[in-house]
Amino acid sequence: MELQAVLMAAGGGSRMMDLTYNTPKPLLPVGNRPLIWYPLNLLERVGFEEVIVITTKEVQKALSADHRLKTDVKMRLDVVCIQEEADMGTADALRHIQQKIKTDILVVSCDLITDVALHEVVDLFRAHSATLSMLMSKVHEFTETVPGQKGKKKAGEQRDFVGVDVTGKRLLFMANEADLDEGLVFRKSIMRKHPRMLIKTGLLDAHLYCLKRSVVDFLVHNKSVTSIRGELVPYLVRKQFSKSLNSQNETEDSEKNQKQQDLLSTSKDEALLQLARERSCWNDHRGDMSEAYHGGKLRCYVHIMEEGMCYRVNTLAAYIEANRVVPKLFEDPPIHPGALVSERSLVGSDSIIGPLCQISDRTSIKRSNVGMSTTIKEKVKITNSIIMNGVIIEEGCNIQGSVICNNAVIGRGADIKYCLVGSGQHVEPEGENKIMFGNNNLDISDLFVYTMIVY
Amino acid sequence: MADSVGRQVDSINHATGKINRLKLFKRKELTKEEKQRLRKEKKQHKKNKKDDRGPPEKEKEKEKASVPAPSKPATQSPAHKAAPVPVNASASESPVAAEKPAKSKAELRAERRARQDSERASKQGKKEGGQQSTSSKPKATPNELQPVVKRLPDHVQVDDPVALKKLAKKLERQQVRQINIVMLCLLSDCCPLTDDGFIQVFSEITLHIPVTVIHPSIVRLGLQYSQGIIAGSNARSVALLHAFKQVIQDYSTPPNEELSRDLVNKLSPYISFLSQCRPLSASMGNAIKYIKKEISNIPSQCKEEEAKRILQECIDSYINEKIILASEAISKYAIEKISDGDVILVYGCSSLVNHILCEAFEKQRKFRVIVVDSRPRLEGREALRRLVKKGIRCTYVLISALSYILPEVSKVFLGAHALLANGYVMSRVGTSQIALVAKAYNVPVLVCCETYKFCERVQTDSFVSNELDDPDDLIVTRNGKTHLENWQTVKSLGLLNLVYDVTPPDFVDLVITDLGMIPCTSVPVVLRVKNVDQ
Repeated sequence: MELQAVLMAAGGGSRMMDLTYNTPKPLLPVGNRPLIWYPLNLLERVGFEEVIVITTKEVQKALSADHRLKTDVKMRLDVVCIQEEADMGTADALRHIQQKIKTDILVVSCDLITDVALHEVVDLFRAHSATLSMLMSKVHEFTETVPGQKGKKKAGEQRDFVGVDVTGKRLLFMANEADLDEGLVFRKSIMRKHPRMLIKTGLLDAHLYCLKRSVVDFLVHNKSVTSIRGELVPYLVRKQFSKSLNSQNETEDSEKNQKQQDLLSTSKDEALLQLARERSCWNDHRGDMSEAYHGGKLRCYVHIMEEGMCYRVNTLAAYIEANRVVPKLFEDPPIHPGALVSERSLVGSDSIIGPLCQISDRTSIKRSNVGMSTTIKEKVKITNSIIMNGVIIEEGCNIQGSVICNNAVIGRGADIKYCLVGSGQHVEPEGENKIMFGNNNLDISDLFVYTMIVY
Repeated sequence: MADSVGRQVDSINHATGKINRLKLFKRKELTKEEKQRLRKEKKQHKKNKKDDRGPPEKEKEKEKASVPAPSKPATQSPAHKAAPVPVNASASESPVAAEKPAKSKAELRAERRARQDSERASKQGKKEGGQQSTSSKPKATPNELQPVVKRLPDHVQVDDPVALKKLAKKLERQQVRQINIVMLCLLSDCCPLTDDGFIQVFSEITLHIPVTVIHPSIVRLGLQYSQGIIAGSNARSVALLHAFKQVIQDYSTPPNEELSRDLVNKLSPYISFLSQCRPLSASMGNAIKYIKKEISNIPSQCKEEEAKRILQECIDSYINEKIILASEAISKYAIEKISDGDVILVYGCSSLVNHILCEAFEKQRKFRVIVVDSRPRLEGREALRRLVKKGIRCTYVLISALSYILPEVSKVFLGAHALLANGYVMSRVGTSQIALVAKAYNVPVLVCCETYKFCERVQTDSFVSNELDDPDDLIVTRNGKTHLENWQTVKSLGLLNLVYDVTPPDFVDLVITDLGMIPCTSVPVVLRVKNVDQ
């Protein structure tokens, strides 16, 4: 087997606590499927037969209970539970499953929704014998209004600076604005070897990495590395040009752990590969006297997606955007056959209705996603909203541009605009309270209905 | 042996246009019976068709009828069906379309055969259908049906659709599923007259990421070949042998099989895959022949570990003898021919010639080098880099300046991709031009070539068989203008990017091999002696 897939599904969703305080992030419904289904589907489409899923106990229980997931996903899921309280980073998680890892790995994050041709990333990994190969995408502007957004998007998002060489494939430099003091600092060795470097900002890291097995061994020895994206990747990118590289500390350590026999055979094979490379009349750069790859053994590559869809659902805005875009991908009928949609209701063509829903007369649903087992009574108008599973919406409600989480109850005649109603909450019927929130002048806390509103 | 008892297997018999579904649990009897039945059908076909069908179709049907099943199991998720189905459909529909004119008689024969088969089927529980099921065919065939794995032809006539479809059929049977998509696109792309997307090629090769059918090191090798990361006859052979070492390392004999036979069968789909990524070179072909011979010579009582060790050693010794030591020997002979004050002309990047020159420089010979280069590959730049890094004085010209620079030259050293049995030298395109002009200026031409690159083929010109490279490489953008940008839309224009050409022996004065310095015409003698040795 060449690659083992590892799906990281233990993250807390810290940037969208409003949605995830009750539901774990991998189980958030996007387009009426749990978020974790999308990376699993991606892996299945390219032919993986088994995936190691690292997640929490809660998610594991939900996964085993979810029928639909079981039928949809034909791969074998090897679920590894970690304690939520342990607060493990992604690298810690890899260290945890070190025993299971026998070959090179493909690490995917559970919040990745993309239609990338995955072989592009893996081909870079294979063809150049790279240590790291990752996927990045051009950031798309989000067009949907997000509940709680005070108009303009805060520019507080730290930018990532990514430096690639002229071909656009070799990753030379990666730094986050947060780590830099005043400016970008480049080592001379990078400039000497790659005099032309393109620096890009505005790229979204898809958190999809192909890593060599020796990197996992390196992680085992260096317990201080906790996060793949935060620490390991920048370290590997820097290490490409470090002077002591020819001694190859990491790989030597891992080789020592192997048996003598293996060591001998690998060194002979290495010599053959070296011979093949010497005899080959190929070079990845021209203009200086050095051989291919400048003789460096550690190489990092990146595939930057120009077109196509790539979303990381880790903020509320991304979640809403994903819900908009994703239903167009699949040929599932927009109205699930299991849903009871009354004749006199109006369901727009760009809305999707999940199974076991009940939609009564004279409701109109436009540009919205309605989850499983939701009951929508008469004369309800829903536009541009995301309604999760098990929600009950009483008559006469008007819901616009909002996100209603699992098992919420919206009382009769409530008028909800651009709000986020948390899980299991009740919004009082109109008779007593008229709730109308705009999205501009009010404090954010008012727009998120966490507790019972008592007026 | 069977992964799921009772699973149904479809195989298409195009000659008759029916499916014979074979049940797995009766597989042992079925194979013999199936073979016998097919043989009988073949004979009947031959008799009946002599009058109304031409030879090509007969061959097609014979081939289709004679190969019962591919050799690889298919543990594939249904998601893959999407990719191969459309192409399989087109690949198998077209042969059917070609047979339509003779359908009426074929239909009668089919009915007759159907009757016979139904009788047989009722005895053995076989079912029949009248339709073709294209999608299940490549997937559901087990590997227990003794495969007759056919080698793919090395040279495919690219613009002949019939030949292409034959090749597609063979590839399907060998379970090189993802390749048949590639193949159709690859070949039709390389043929300058069609306009299939080049992007399809590589995406389909490697679409199936955790490749279970093809060993990962072979996939890696194929990728490196097609992207040109490993280029050059020696490099490709060494890389191939290295990959085979990995394959042998990871190989485990299935029960009831012999390593000597099974391993050879395992290697065949890999070789097909590699030849689709890039056509095999003569050196690779000889290396493969050698390995297959070594594998078949493994005694049957040999334990698996021992056998693997023997094979690894064979491969190592082959590389050592034929490539490393051979280059030492050749440089020794060649250095005798280099005298002080020489001006040596080299063309492109030949690993052997570079090695010779570097050795000569180390032995304190005083000479300077003129490196001639040509588009589109511009490999001379790499040769220039290596020579200059060593400290040799070099001049760099393009091939168009050849007749200008030749009066200064005292010797020409050329590398070879292969030496053909009639003494012709097959090398990078442009070599014959250099040899011709050098002859006109009476400059001696010395070709350096190891003996493992000698091959049995005979060719007198570069058109009868050649490798075609991407025609878009010929397009160049100057001053912001790309004139040939839409060459595909111009009906009367085709771009031809040849990779190799053949030089007649009249232009070559000496061939320096590890056996010594021989004239070009002695190549068949060397081949004969080699064969006698083996």
